[in-house]
Amino acid sequence: MMDINDFIKNFAAQFDDTDASKFTSQTKFRAEIEEWDSLKTLSVIAMVDDVYNVVIKGDDIRNSNTIEDLFNIVMSRK
Amino acid sequence: MKVNPFSLANKTVFVTGASSGIGRAIAIECSKMGATIIITGRNAERLNNTFIQLEGINHSQIIADLRNEEQTKKLVNELPTLDGIVHCAGIITTLPFQFVTKEKLDEIFSINFIIPTLISQKLVEQNKVKKGASFVWISSIAGNLCTSPGNSMYAATKSAINGVVKGMALELASKGIRVNSVNPAVVETNIFSKGVIADEQIRNEIKKYPLKRFGKPEDIAYAVIYLLSDASAWVTGSHLLIDGGYTLL
Repeated sequence: MMDINDFIKNFAAQFDDTDASKFTSQTKFRAEIEEWDSLKTLSVIAMVDDVYNVVIKGDDIRNSNTIEDLFNIVMSRK
Repeated sequence: MKVNPFSLANKTVFVTGASSGIGRAIAIECSKMGATIIITGRNAERLNNTFIQLEGINHSQIIADLRNEEQTKKLVNELPTLDGIVHCAGIITTLPFQFVTKEKLDEIFSINFIIPTLISQKLVEQNKVKKGASFVWISSIAGNLCTSPGNSMYAATKSAINGVVKGMALELASKGIRVNSVNPAVVETNIFSKGVIADEQIRNEIKKYPLKRFGKPEDIAYAVIYLLSDASAWVTGSHLLIDGGYTLL
């Protein structure tokens, strides 16, 4: 069973300059995380593939506002 | 009448990766310049879609998955002697560096670099490359002049291509065989028309091009025609930049 707290941890691990405490299920990552950019998009896609064995696309990320939204998309494809 | 130096009449040209994008445009445009074309690709339907768009007669298509050693061997054996070889088959794997794996590296290096290198070697070994013939490799600005996020593996394969181009050019010069690459920036292919990338992202990206657009497959095809034709008879070991000015900024 996927755990959202693990997911947030894995998500946060993709960032270098943003403290892990900034990431919660309700974080609007595209708008609120200054470090968010195209490479981070690729990193999150690769992390999801690597850790959860689920393929997501750029659109899935664009359609997610919060980390929980993205978590739900990944869950739905497990 | 003066002969057009850019003509490909009486030349037999082999194009890999001809079932889509840049490879398809190269095959079609070369046929319009009078070449006899041999195309190869994996997907029969898409390859045939290119084939029916070729102008003139005597063209042929060979379905082959170049990743399969037996199929590649058979393909090389079936090929006639050639005046031009265009290595266009390739893949892009976009992956941040810290997610790079041996499997992914093996795959992209195999398709983009090792297989076309070995096909070239076999063709030369079997004396299927005529004196005066021309190899053209589709390389990239990535790995040679710049790169972009997530493209370290792809860039490395394209850098390898430009390296082997120089080695081949030097060693095959004594046979009168020329070897060059073309190095495009982003060329519009299917990925843009399918809405995979958001419009706003595309508009922002286009701002990085002084000539205000991405490349078209034909932009690349015309450069390949030049490098295949006798107009470039004194050109070998070169890397032709085609980027709409992208690397000027």
